[in-house]
Amino acid sequence: MSSDAMAIPSAKAEARPWVEVVHEWVTTVDHKRLGILYIVYALIFLVVGGIEATIIRIQLIRPHNDLVSPQVFNRMFTMHGTTMIFFVAMPVLFGFANYLVPLMIGARDMAFPRLNAFSFWLTALGGLLLYFSFLGGNGLYGAGNAPDVGWWAYAPLTAKAFSPGPSSDYWTIALLVSGFVSIGTAINLIATIICLRCPGMTLNRMPLLAWLNLVMSGMVLIAITPLSAAQIMLLVDRYLGGHFFDTLAGGSATIWMHFFWIFGHPEVYVLIIPCFAFMSEIIPVFSRKPIFGYPVMVGATVCIAFVSLSVWAHHMFTIGMNSYANSFFTITTMAVGVPTGIKIFNWLGTMWGGSIQFKTPMLFAIGFLFQFLIAGLTGIMLASAPFDWQLSLSYFVVAHFHYVIVGGILFALFAAFYYWYPKITGRMLSERLGKLHFWLFLIGFHLTFDVMHFAGILGMPRRIYTYEPRPGWGTLNLIVTIGAFIQGVAILVFVANLVYSYFKGPKAGDDPWDAWTLEWSVSSPPPAYNFASIPAVSSRRPLWDLKHPEDPDSRYE
Amino acid sequence: MVRSDQIRKLLSKAAGIAVLLAGGLLAASLCFGAPVDPSPLPSIFDPRSTPSKWIYDLSHFVLLITGLIFAVVFSLLTYVVVKYRRRQGDNGREPAQVYGSTQIELAWTVIPILVVVVLFLVTARAIHSIQDAPKPATAVEVVAIGHQFWWEFRYPQLGVVTANELHIPVSEAAHPTPAFLTLLSADTDHSFWVPQLAGKTDLIPNHVNHMWLDPNQTGIFLGQCAQYCGTQHAKMLLRVYVDTPEDFASWIRGQQQPAVLDANVTAGRRVFETTACINCHAVGGTVADGRFGPDLTHLMSRQTIASGAAENTKANLRLWMQRPDAIKPGSLMPAMQLSNADLDALVDYLETLR
Amino acid sequence: MSAVTSPFTERPLEWKLPYRGRVGMASLIVAESAIFTIFVVAYLFYLGKSVTGPTPREVLETPIFFTICLLSSSLTIHLAGKELENGHRKTFLILWTITIALGALFLFGTALEWRRLIYEHGLTISTNLFGTTYYSLVGLHATHVTAGLVMLTVVLLFGLAGRIGVDQAARIATLSMYWHFVDAVWVVVFTVVYLVGR
Repeated sequence: MSSDAMAIPSAKAEARPWVEVVHEWVTTVDHKRLGILYIVYALIFLVVGGIEATIIRIQLIRPHNDLVSPQVFNRMFTMHGTTMIFFVAMPVLFGFANYLVPLMIGARDMAFPRLNAFSFWLTALGGLLLYFSFLGGNGLYGAGNAPDVGWWAYAPLTAKAFSPGPSSDYWTIALLVSGFVSIGTAINLIATIICLRCPGMTLNRMPLLAWLNLVMSGMVLIAITPLSAAQIMLLVDRYLGGHFFDTLAGGSATIWMHFFWIFGHPEVYVLIIPCFAFMSEIIPVFSRKPIFGYPVMVGATVCIAFVSLSVWAHHMFTIGMNSYANSFFTITTMAVGVPTGIKIFNWLGTMWGGSIQFKTPMLFAIGFLFQFLIAGLTGIMLASAPFDWQLSLSYFVVAHFHYVIVGGILFALFAAFYYWYPKITGRMLSERLGKLHFWLFLIGFHLTFDVMHFAGILGMPRRIYTYEPRPGWGTLNLIVTIGAFIQGVAILVFVANLVYSYFKGPKAGDDPWDAWTLEWSVSSPPPAYNFASIPAVSSRRPLWDLKHPEDPDSRYE
Repeated sequence: MVRSDQIRKLLSKAAGIAVLLAGGLLAASLCFGAPVDPSPLPSIFDPRSTPSKWIYDLSHFVLLITGLIFAVVFSLLTYVVVKYRRRQGDNGREPAQVYGSTQIELAWTVIPILVVVVLFLVTARAIHSIQDAPKPATAVEVVAIGHQFWWEFRYPQLGVVTANELHIPVSEAAHPTPAFLTLLSADTDHSFWVPQLAGKTDLIPNHVNHMWLDPNQTGIFLGQCAQYCGTQHAKMLLRVYVDTPEDFASWIRGQQQPAVLDANVTAGRRVFETTACINCHAVGGTVADGRFGPDLTHLMSRQTIASGAAENTKANLRLWMQRPDAIKPGSLMPAMQLSNADLDALVDYLETLR
Repeated sequence: MSAVTSPFTERPLEWKLPYRGRVGMASLIVAESAIFTIFVVAYLFYLGKSVTGPTPREVLETPIFFTICLLSSSLTIHLAGKELENGHRKTFLILWTITIALGALFLFGTALEWRRLIYEHGLTISTNLFGTTYYSLVGLHATHVTAGLVMLTVVLLFGLAGRIGVDQAARIATLSMYWHFVDAVWVVVFTVVYLVGR
């Protein structure tokens, strides 16, 4: 018997045994349920990663603090980074892609539903394996055997000689497992988008969210695999006596860096491109205009995808490459800012001449635009190799990438949550709590990450468990920590909103935002089969055409 | 409701900018109000040497361009958000549905490309001048070897081996004596970063790197390892002593002497030479020639021990040997498990190694 | 907007999108190519950098016969697919079996070569950089051949049970793509290890 993806509890519903409900969720291959599983999983790890960040920030609140030992601190920052990238950002974005893509292209499910389920459960296993490392070793209060080599796990620090215990193996194997299945998700998304679009939906008429997830998936195929390859090499070194990164046998420490960053840089574009997709769906709806320059938005994204494969060594400006290599990576890194900047202009062009509604999704979208602009500009500063020789490996870089990830990606994710929660659950999130969440988080974010740039400028390197009492370092770090607490409170408000609104939120109806893409043509939540009959479309905004038969988009395409 | 939202939005943006400005002024005052000598604040915007000065000059240009871009785009964003907000009378009517504009999109593609080209050319010039600077014959050559968690400095042409505190002469424009460093590593990756003197360069095993410094003032400049290298990465601190040419010459002469042989401390010396100390440490002219730990021949010529983690005092020396974890938990110096009498004798001996 | 019948009109007359199995397998091949590229880059980078031990020139013998086996299996699997499309089940099964045999021969050849390298020349994965990169690259390929053989054998068993007919032709073609990829990788590995690398 088909059941709704996320049924609203109602007094009249039959009480089903809880084992039956659990069994349904554990064995589901429905893209909507798997999407929800990914998102909930990511939210749990967001809180865990946030706790790790809080421990880091309290330890750094003043010079020579002793909340945690250096061993524990080093495990904290390693786990924080690894968790946030691999078990928060990637799952939550895959979750939204899973939920939305089939609905937006008029399909009933993903191309390979069982592969989809397999990908989710192995990702979950990877995260659990990583956290299993906290048991054993020095015990839980010593943070066990959790990896302490930084999330980049540079060689030769990960060699048996310098990491004799299993901590770096937890890192390696957990990420190998979840890396492989993220390729599975990418394969699924590509096959779905190419093969399952509803009649009339040419690539030129596909929602930008579908386009951008297609590009993102293509990048996953060739970006994640270098990391998997390097991790296999690391295991060969550690367990089979290999010499890939064994400098005494002639091996190279820098080749690990190259392989890692050939993964690492495209990876951050893998994370941001789905967020561009959210913005490209949300900003038009709340400006009441179509996206400005659809073809260029697609072209710019493809451009970003290609160029981003050539910039990786800007993470390695300090390793002693010659001036030609440094110049090459400077120009490619600056070049990737051009299509990225174009997208910002196109979003502004969408808002220009519109009728902007400042509902919570739009507030987060505007925050995204502001912060992503700044993050891009500090990125240009870092792209300039000599400037990077000073700024790299300092808190300036930490501030830059958190500006992108928290100020950009997380803000876009919040916008997506507020926008699509009604579709997923059938209820609206509270606007009041939403606005409280927004303002609190905005203030906390800027307190922390604006000020953090200056710590780097004043010479504070990263990954240090404590610091000397240099003038200003203590004050700056104190402000940064206070901001972190404010952000924590804002997250609690958000979680409270999610839970409260699920039970008490006003009913959303099919199309609460008066939007234009196919997911708003079905009920909230959608039925298990998505569409009673597969739709056929003749423009980029099928619902606009329906609502405005006198002025349909199909006339202009 | 829409209007008050809008006003709150603007106010919060203004608040954000105020915080930015306040933080900036605070930081700026710290950067530019730095004392002359000693220099406790390792700010990248307080250059005292040519490479850091060239980077500082480049940064002005970069900040100018990025500042301009920010001003333009931020103004556009603010304008759009204010001017095109939904108003009361708008209900039901959708604005003109504009799909794009080729000219506008061309303009905002071409202009950024031009900006990138200019920025790149200026940057490339700086890269080349710093990295490909020729080494003059009067340069002081130093080999820096990174260890977990201390710095080894060798002056091959002068026959000097020391640790953690680097001495170089001030380099005058008329007679430049820059220090050219060759960077090696004995174990994992490290990074040499003294912000006031130069950008950082990594020390990587099986990989030779080079950098140069030519400080234009005397003083002590602070820095630390910038590439995570293990448990005590945080306390792998750096002190660069920029001496007058005369002071540098006399320091070199002192370092070139063999170890002081003081008859009063033979008890301590015997403890040193018959326990595991000599496995790791070297004292010139004696049987101790270990390379794993710092060279101690002229230990007392240094102001700090444990790579800057503690001042070089009698009490700290004793504590360091008795319980290194009290000063630098996780460092590779083992607790020597010596009796109090042995410890005292040892400290007395070490204190003679001037 | 959630009417039972679709509110959208004007279905296009012709709407045919690619077969999802093909697209999925092509994507997998792209990902696998990236992994092999990294191992090939490591192999090339470390040529000549071994500090000790035997060099490629001293110990490698070009496996021409076994290479021919593997590359021929691409031909046989292609022919098998064609026969299946035309409904000739028996011929399909025969060609399919030959493909498996050729693939197994290739693996056998690799095993012989490794035995010779280990016991006669003392070259293992931990001997030197050449040993590490050689066994990793060739081993990675051999693992993919093994995985392919397992899948081919599964198909053979289904075929012998009479369950593979014209309707499965598209799936067989998809699996064949994988096998062709494995052969193409061998062309690259062969060139890099036995031609360029010596």
